Parts: sequence; structure tokens; C-alpha cells
Amino acid sequence: MDNLKTKSKYTPKDFASKCPVKWCPGCGDFAVLAQMQRTFANMGIPHEKIAVISGIGCSSRLPYYLNTYGFHTIHGRAPAVAAGVKLANPELSVWVVTGDGDALSIGGNHTLHAIRRNIGIKIILLNNRIYALTKGQTSPTTKMNVITKSSPSGSIDYPFTPLRFAIGLDCTFVARVLDTDMTMMGHVFEAAAQHKGTAFVEIFQRCLAFTNVEFDHFKNKDKKDDIMVHVEHGKPLVFGKNKDKGIVINNYRPEIIKFQHGKVPPEVVIYDETNTEMAYVLSGFFYPDMPVPIGILKNVEKPSYEELLKNKEDEAGSISLKEILEGPGVWEMN
Amino acid sequence: MGKSVLNKKDKISHIDSSTIMFAGDSGDGIQLLGHQFADTTAIAGNDLSTLPDYPSEMRAPAGSLGGVSGFQMSFGDDNVMTPGSKPDVLVAMNPAALSVNVENIENGSIIIVNSDNFIPGALEKAGYSSNPLEDGSLSNYRLIPIPVNTLIETVLKDSGLTKTQILKCKNFYVLGIVCWMYGLSTKPTIEWMKIKFKKNNQLQQANMEAITAGRAYAESTQIFEARFQVKKSIVMPGKYRNVTGNEAVSYALIAAAQALKRKLFYGAYPITPATDILHILAKYRSKNITVFQAEDEIAAMASSIGASFAGCFAATGTSGPGFSLKSEALGLAVISELPLVVVDVQRGGPSTGLPTKTEQSDLLQALYGRHGESPLVVMAAMSSADCFDTTFEAARIAVKYMTPVVVLTNAFIANGSEPFNVSKSCKFKEFKVSNLPPKEEFQPYARDEKTLARHWAEAGRPGYEHIIGGLEKDVETGWINYKPLNHVKMTKLRAEKIARVIKEIPPTKIYGDQEGEVLVVGWGSTFGAITTAVCKARKMGLNVSSIHIKHLNPLPPDMGTIMRRFGKILMPEENLGQFRMIVKANYLIDPIGLNKTEGQPLSSEDVLRKIKKLFAG
Repeated sequence: MDNLKTKSKYTPKDFASKCPVKWCPGCGDFAVLAQMQRTFANMGIPHEKIAVISGIGCSSRLPYYLNTYGFHTIHGRAPAVAAGVKLANPELSVWVVTGDGDALSIGGNHTLHAIRRNIGIKIILLNNRIYALTKGQTSPTTKMNVITKSSPSGSIDYPFTPLRFAIGLDCTFVARVLDTDMTMMGHVFEAAAQHKGTAFVEIFQRCLAFTNVEFDHFKNKDKKDDIMVHVEHGKPLVFGKNKDKGIVINNYRPEIIKFQHGKVPPEVVIYDETNTEMAYVLSGFFYPDMPVPIGILKNVEKPSYEELLKNKEDEAGSISLKEILEGPGVWEMN
Repeated sequence: MGKSVLNKKDKISHIDSSTIMFAGDSGDGIQLLGHQFADTTAIAGNDLSTLPDYPSEMRAPAGSLGGVSGFQMSFGDDNVMTPGSKPDVLVAMNPAALSVNVENIENGSIIIVNSDNFIPGALEKAGYSSNPLEDGSLSNYRLIPIPVNTLIETVLKDSGLTKTQILKCKNFYVLGIVCWMYGLSTKPTIEWMKIKFKKNNQLQQANMEAITAGRAYAESTQIFEARFQVKKSIVMPGKYRNVTGNEAVSYALIAAAQALKRKLFYGAYPITPATDILHILAKYRSKNITVFQAEDEIAAMASSIGASFAGCFAATGTSGPGFSLKSEALGLAVISELPLVVVDVQRGGPSTGLPTKTEQSDLLQALYGRHGESPLVVMAAMSSADCFDTTFEAARIAVKYMTPVVVLTNAFIANGSEPFNVSKSCKFKEFKVSNLPPKEEFQPYARDEKTLARHWAEAGRPGYEHIIGGLEKDVETGWINYKPLNHVKMTKLRAEKIARVIKEIPPTKIYGDQEGEVLVVGWGSTFGAITTAVCKARKMGLNVSSIHIKHLNPLPPDMGTIMRRFGKILMPEENLGQFRMIVKANYLIDPIGLNKTEGQPLSSEDVLRKIKKLFAG
């Protein structure tokens, strides 16, 4: 990426729009906006080649703050609008900025089918585990027993894991990052931008108004390395402040083993981002039983929908109305 | 025609037009038989109008009353504008088909039946306690029983086909018989078979033998007292084809994209009776036509909006319930002011209602079925072939005014067919996207002074990057603006833009006199029925005229003045008076309604009866 950076004629500022940003101070969305601007600048993608599509929710305001083509659509439908944009002009780098309510509740069907088709859009899911714009109701990722305005005695809705959903649908690129880890976010965004097909990136995003402590443990310097495992292709699944813990698979079940720093036993899993089964196992990791996986969990190549469509369309060539109307079934009157 | 005419007394009876109904089990190939006969008459130079009527079940129990599939059509001279109401000829392939249709047949009409199917079990299923072919109950008709199963089995005994396969050829045997009766050539169907069964020589041969044998049977057995010679219509020279409304819509969308020099994007989700548009366009998927079967109606609409944002000429098609699902996104298309054509093939509702039957009951939904002040252009096609002109014009208006346009058709004209002038339709006029200002001056919501349309700067165009969306826009800059007076201005601008579409509406054509006692006002698919009825009433000396409205929003500017020149206004509609309500509200007049919600198209007889009643006092 470094060489791209030096070649790029853009700076992140070039991708900032004139529109004043209206998120609560300290919101995780700022980090995502800044990193998207940086990614576009680093990668040197011309402004006009980028289309950012969003639905409804705090995160969905993001397109207004980018100096690219943008479309702030309706609740849950951004992946469907983005599909139309991508098919109309496959040259565009199409991004969907969405939230947990937008993408997984009202828009679950569109997210599902975009992923199923492997359509070349980059879905950036800002997961704050709450409906924030409507001032605090349970979302599909809100944990059990959490008290919200729509669950005053505690939520009884089982939450689901966005990564499991995406991997279960054979999504070709699946990643998770923290809104506080800009380096990782940059790395993941660039990999997502270069990925053919659907990229699904979940961002653990703090909401100061409603879920401000939700992700605090990931920021705790003493604990965070024991809470998370950084997933990297070709590297062993090692974690812990002293890098003394690893993941092994025992009788199909993942387990944690401890070892001396620097002496990683051979049975520790070497992560393979092309292995769907491994990605699926990791996507089910929850603290405190297991460390929470962060990084690119899955990255495989598969023809994208727009590629397959283009092949079919090219095969057929161009068709004119005259050819169709004068084809079989026509007769002449004199 | 065969070389020798065996029947020396062969009488030819000349008629202006004829109405025939083919009916049988939904697995009998009735629709195919009907379509082939329609093509045959059209090629022979008749004008025609068809009405396919099929059950909503995938395959209702064989021989049951609910499983009867029908195909009715009228053909003849230029005055044929409807599929007719009372058939002169009924072809019934089984007792159920006879039972369902016999009440609708005038005394003296011809009934051709497949007598092999009039056996105890089948009679019972159709509700007959005795065999109507034998008990004299059909004595008022000219009954022609033909043992079609036995005959086709004899003809094809050496074909190598199984018994089931042989029996499947019986529709073409019947077509051969009917062709002889009307003095029509079987050649067009034989040519069609050569293409249709190109890959299966055995089936091709068998079907060709079936139609030829059917014709020979009718000719040699003298089963008909007389043959009919149906008057031809006077047509402009040129190339023609038969089109259904769904075909005409599809062709118009292709034509519009071609006229605009943009790629066509059609996003759709399967729904009866609009699915054929998806099928037809999918067949022509190519470099200039993208077809996307979306995951649901909402995504069909949303992807079309996205494609329009990225510069395609985009359209979506659906039917009532699907149209409801699209309404939220239609609101987005209105506020983001993107060009889009939405075709609603209306069917009987609410809910699943009568999914295969016709109605005109989505008018108010099309006009007002959205949240907020959400004006858009609504147009309605008047006949199967007119679906082409209406859809093409809708596309032109959508692009010129940067607005979604709803095109209303319905099951009747979408499935029905009529001859279509190919030569004329290929000569469509090109239309353009208005020129963009220099990039430095570009504002996404700056408007053309005359049309009030904003510019269409598609995503991907360098220098015109901008953001649009569902939030209210500043009247000048297009950025978000929630201020009260700005919203007032924008609400009015959106309404005024649509109101200005009246400039696109040609003067309303009056059938009959410029003023008089009764004016019949119709819209959409009832054009044929109303025009035929008014024509007949005028021949009877009744002072009645008619106008037919294609532009439902905005309404034609001359409509009010025309209506005020008549004593009474009659408004026939296939709903409970939706357009009547609009007319009342807009012109403060009180029209008389004629409303039909039977799932069947309004007939000219329905209208004529009402006109006569008005004159009787």
C-alpha cells in the first residue's frame, strides 16, 4: 500500500465535503469517516469513481461528508440501491455505509442477497448494538437483558452475530475492526476496496449516547490483548498480553492453550483466510469463553455478480428493437 | 386450402367479425391454441382483440370447473376493438369447459366439443347429471361433437410418440378444424412449428400432421353447414406482429433506452400478471439491456433507482401488491427527482385478490398511495398495442421532467393481444438528456426554467460529484435543509413540475360530437369497449360521444371544458368509481358511474346497456 500512497495525487482532505458533520462529539462514526477519506486518498481512486450509498441511521449520514457521488436512501435498502448502481456502472467503487438496525433488521433481506450474489459492493457495518438515531431501542445485535427504551425490563431478543451471518452466506470477504484501531481499519478498508465481490466489514462502534461502555474493554490496555485475538492470514492464532495463549482445535471444538512466550506449539491453528470453516468457527468466539476475533476472517476469490452478468451480456452482443420486432412472428401487409 | 373441395354444396357465409372462445383444462394447451389462431387471423388481414382467461392455480384438478382455461377473441374488420362478449363459436375440450361457458353463448351459436371427454367421471366433475350432448339441453345451439382423442390417436398411431404425447397434439388438431371453418390457412402455424420444434423433429412432424389432419377432417366430413368468410380490416402496408400488452411494454422500454442512447436497466420481482415483462426482457439481456431479478419488490424498485442514479434508463414493473411494496422507494424517487418508469399491471385486489383477473383499481394508489406530498406522473395504456406508445411516452416524460412516471395497464390488455405496426414503431423519435452546465456551475437541484427539471449528472461523471437523498433539499444548493419556508418552496416546486407536464398532453380526441347530451369518459383499458358501445349507440341515433383519458396526472387541460359541453357524464370503470372521484374533485361535476368488479373486462354491451338506460330516462 505504501507505494500507492506515494503515487496518489490526493490527500484525505480532498475527500471531505463542505457539509458540516453532525454526529455526537466522540462518536465512533468520525473514525470511520476519517479512515474512508484516507483510504480513498491512499488508493488514489478518483472522486467520480466512488459512490457511497447509505440507508437510515446515524451512520447513514456519512455520504454527506464525502466529496464523492453519494446517495442517502431509505431505511434498509442501501444494498439494493447500491446493487443497481454497481450493475449500471461496474467501474464504480461502490460502498454501503450502514448500521446494525439498517443492515440486519429492516434491510436484512437486501444484505443477505447482496452477499449471496457476491455483488461488488463494500458493506461497512457500523455496529453500535443500538438504534441510536431513534434514541435507543434494541437492535438485532443488542445483548440479552440490556435495558433500552423499548426493553425497560431488559431485552429478551437473542442477538445474532453479523460475521456468522455473512460467513454463513459464503461472503467472499469478511472482516471485523474496532473504531479505535485506525491502522487496522485502514488495512481492512484497502483490502476490501481491492476485493472483487461483496466485502462485509463489521466495525465495533461506540455510541456515546447509548452504548458508551459497550466496547470499553477493547480499549483497556491491560486487558485488551486477552480479550481479542488478531487474525492474520498465515500466522498462528496467538493472543494474550504476553503472547502466551493460542487457539487449538480439539475434537472439532476450539480451545485455548497456554504456553511460554515465544514457544508457540505446532498444534496452534495457523490462520487461513480462505478456509470458510475456520472463519465460521472463529466468528462464534465470544469473550469471556474465547477471545473476540479482529481482522480479516475471510478473503476468497469468486466471480462477482457483475462479472458474470457482463459475460452474459457481452455474449449476446447488442440487440436493437428492429431486430426483435422483425424477428419470428412478424408478417407483412401489402 | 386443399386442391379438391369435396363438399360441392360448400356455402360461404360472409360476416364482419366473429368471436370465438377456446376452453379446456389448464393443461390442454388452450392458450397456445388461442395465440396461434390469433396470429393466423392477423396474418390473414383481420383486426383482432384477445382475452386469455386462465385460473390462478398452477394446475387445478383435471376436468374441474375451477381448472378451466379460456381464450376468447374477436376478429374481423377495423371495428374490432374488444375481444367480444358473447362468442359465436365455443370450442369446449371437456364438460367443465362447456359448463363454464355455455351460459354466455347466444342461441344458434356453434359449439364444438371434444366428445371423447364427455364420459361419466368428467360429466360429474362438471356438475352434469346427464350428458348434455345427448339429453337435448343443447338443442338451441349448432352442436358439433368431434371425437378428437380417437381421431388424433389414429392419425398419430405410427408417430412413435407415447399416448400422452399424442393426446398433447389435440389442440393443433382442433386448430386445423377451426382454420377450415373460417377458411384460414394453416401455413403460419406450420411455419411457427418449424421454429418451435426445431430441436425435436418427431414432435414437429406430429404437430404438423395433427393440424393438417384436423383441417382435412373438417373438410371431408361435412360437419359444418357453412363456412365463414370474416371481413378483413384495412391496414396500412408494412410489417406487423401480434403483441400482448406486456410485450408492447417491454418493446417500448427497449425503444426508449435506444432513443435515449442509454442502457436499459429493468429490475423486477416475479408477480402475476406482470412477470412476462421480466421474461421478455430477460430473453433480450444484452450489452444494452440489463435485467435484474431482485430479491423482492422493494429491491426491484431500489435497484432501479440506483441504476437511474448511475445513468441507466431504468424501469421496474409489478402488479398491485408489489406496487404497494414499492411505494416507500417511490417516495425516494420523487424527492431525489430521478427518471424512472414504473409499470403497474393491475389485477383484482385487495391483497392476492384475483391474481389472474383484470381490474382498474390501483388508480388511487398510483396517484396518492405514498407518504407525504408526493406528486408524480400517472399514465394509462388504452389497449395492448397502445402499451407501446404509452410506455415510450412515459419514458420520454420521465427523462424530460426528471420524475418517476407510473404506467397503468392491467391483466386484460397485458395478456390480451392485437396487431401491432412494427414498421411504425421502429421509427420512434430520439430524445435527449438535457445538457449539463459547466462543472463549476453545477448544482444538483438547479432547475430548468421551463420544465423545472433538475439535471441528470450520473454517478461516474468527473467533476459533477454530488450527494442526493431522501432528506429535504435546499432549494438553491441541494444540501440538506429542514427550514419551514424551504420545505414550502420545495413541496410547491415538486408539485408545479408535475403540473407542467400538461404541456406534453395532446388535445383530447372526441369520438362523436363536440357537444351533446351524453359524454362517456373512460380511461385506460376500457377504450375498446367504450368506443365500440358509443359507435353502436350513435348508429341507433343516440346523442352520445366519448373521450378517453391516458394522462391521469396531470389531467388533460381541455378535459373540463369538454365535459361541460355535455348534459350528462357517464364514467365506466373497472372499480367502484376511483376516476369518478378524481373528476368530481377536480371539476366539481357529478358524473354517473358504471362500475364493474367481476375480474372481467368491461364489455361494450355493458356500456351500451347503460347508455340506452340513460336515454330511456
